[in-house]
Amino acid sequence: MANLTLIQAVNDGLRTVMKADDSVVVFGEDVGPKGGVFLATEGLTADFGESRCFDTPLSEDGIIGTAIGMAMNGLRPVAEIQFQDFIFPAFDQIVSEAAKLRYRSGGQYTAPMVIRTPYGGGIRGGLYHSQSGEAYFAHTAGLKVVIPSTPHDAKGLLIASIQDPDPVLFMEPKALYRSVKGEVPEGEYTVDLSTLRTVRQGGDVTIYCYGAMVPVVERAAAQAAEQRGIDCLVVDLRTLMPLDEEGVLEAAKQTGRVVVVHEAPRFCGYGAEISALIAEHCIEYMEAPVRRVTGFDTPFPNTLEHHYLPDDRRVLDAIESVYDF
Amino acid sequence: MLTVLAPDGATKKGFEAGLPDEELLHCYRTMLLVRSFDEICLKLQRSGRIGFSIPNLGIEATQVGAASALRKTDWIFPSYRDFGMALYHGIPAVEMMHNMFGNAEDSAKGRQMPVHFSFVEPIHFYSISSPIGTHLPHAVGAAHASKLRGEDTVHLVSFGDGGTSSLGFHSGMNFAAVWKSPVVFLCQNNGYAISCPSEQQTASDGYAVKAEAYGMPHATVDGNDLFAVRQAVLEAAERARRGEGPTLIEAVTFRMGGHSTSDDPTKYVPAELVEEWKQKDPVDRFRRFLERKGLMTPEENDAMRADTLAEIDRAAKAAEATAAPGLETIFSDVFAEVPSHIRKQGEFLFDLSQRRGEADAGDGEFPL
Repeated sequence: MANLTLIQAVNDGLRTVMKADDSVVVFGEDVGPKGGVFLATEGLTADFGESRCFDTPLSEDGIIGTAIGMAMNGLRPVAEIQFQDFIFPAFDQIVSEAAKLRYRSGGQYTAPMVIRTPYGGGIRGGLYHSQSGEAYFAHTAGLKVVIPSTPHDAKGLLIASIQDPDPVLFMEPKALYRSVKGEVPEGEYTVDLSTLRTVRQGGDVTIYCYGAMVPVVERAAAQAAEQRGIDCLVVDLRTLMPLDEEGVLEAAKQTGRVVVVHEAPRFCGYGAEISALIAEHCIEYMEAPVRRVTGFDTPFPNTLEHHYLPDDRRVLDAIESVYDF
Repeated sequence: MLTVLAPDGATKKGFEAGLPDEELLHCYRTMLLVRSFDEICLKLQRSGRIGFSIPNLGIEATQVGAASALRKTDWIFPSYRDFGMALYHGIPAVEMMHNMFGNAEDSAKGRQMPVHFSFVEPIHFYSISSPIGTHLPHAVGAAHASKLRGEDTVHLVSFGDGGTSSLGFHSGMNFAAVWKSPVVFLCQNNGYAISCPSEQQTASDGYAVKAEAYGMPHATVDGNDLFAVRQAVLEAAERARRGEGPTLIEAVTFRMGGHSTSDDPTKYVPAELVEEWKQKDPVDRFRRFLERKGLMTPEENDAMRADTLAEIDRAAKAAEATAAPGLETIFSDVFAEVPSHIRKQGEFLFDLSQRRGEADAGDGEFPL
């Protein structure tokens, strides 16, 4: 066991699979000798050589398009998109190509690849270094969407994603890169995709969250317990597609009071799917309307980002409102 | 512009095709197969038996000339107008017809529109998608994988003049040149991108010259001359095999029909232009060459044409008689394994269909 930050756990995960599997190649903008703008790939070129970890021209479409070609021809590409905000030139490649390749070729061609990308706010990045675009991608049939929130899960989910036979969008909460530390096992281990993590047990209110919102929700849940004696069940979704629907519904039934938290905008956000699932499958268990705590339906602001991002204050407010309903 | 074969079938003195006679006849027969395929698909579409097709009339020599320069171990990343490349390498016409009908034997399991072929045997003929230019970076990535493994595989990617305006053209060309990938970029300049003529597509002097900005060698060839296309692709492929990187080839040709069976080209192509290109017909030109060489008589040509029509007709009849894909193919191949939410949707559809007495659902059990 080592005590690592989330970004160190990502680096450790990459090293672990690169050591075990020669077909794993890592590439993207500035990921080579520089080690990436967040240093996720630090030392990989030095340790594994330029054919295993290399820089690409500045073209997201090219990075993802070539990754698809490598994947269909025997490599296991791990492509980095420097900021999730810059992924949109590659949207066509991800949505029309990687996600649909197995289906449209009847399984003759597949794209087992991982797209790693830092997402989310909290670093004063303004409109174009802060967005959370998971809903665009979770809506796409054929693409898996994974978001870790702890160093342990970052490594285990990343290894599972690289070994997965389908394309995976691996969204890393950049706000947590260096702000969380945790025990990470050495060597290879995986965290199964499509499994929830119960962060905190409780019988009063269920809170769904993922990525950088997990520590925010944990703080709010602690305050709710301390200030009001409300016991929150906190669920880290970890994989948004395919979702562990059974686990989600089970958690909702346990309390009958639900809050969903994400930093992405609300309208058609991931919380809408969770709310709809609960409405469709277990409304008879509900004691209160579902509350969503999300980013606002505006572009992401810079100076006032602390007001845009859900914080423990807003989450606590939602916990109390469903509890007191 | 490289031309080897004159419209009357003559070649320069001392020209050696470098192909055995039976191979020359195979090239010609493949072009006739493409013509027969087009002819029958038009009838199938007009009679409502298939929804759509893409005519290849006029482009056959580009397709077959390029394909003839490749090995079975090479990969083809085709456009939707590359029937001749598949047929040349021995992909059975019936396999392609299964796709035209979207039936249970279709390799795409009826999920795609007609003409969106996908094959892995006897050559990799990569799954076609409808967005333009997205497959160029795929060819580069696949080529990069071959190169990293030290193979001498060549990856040929084919696209039209309109494709050169796409994002994928730029990123594919740029990445391939930087990585020295073993790729042959084949631009089939057939005059129009659906209805948009070249002068509205680009301000550059032709398409091949675009390679210069990427630091890539290029060639412009007469696309109605099978030998010229073959020679250029052979040279580019050899360069790629030697590790010297990619080449852009512009084959100048002309689409003598519509973009698709849903298109009326008389609205935007001047009739005299079609007449002009008819004089340069690639199939007639190659036939004259074979006749001059004493490899074929007019009677043998008629017989070969009838034979290809019969072959395609048999393929169409076999495909038409094949059942539609099973209902479960809506839900398979989204992921390697069927996740629970998709499984539930499949179970729902089978149950509903069974309750309504529809035959598709069998006993109502979702089979996956």
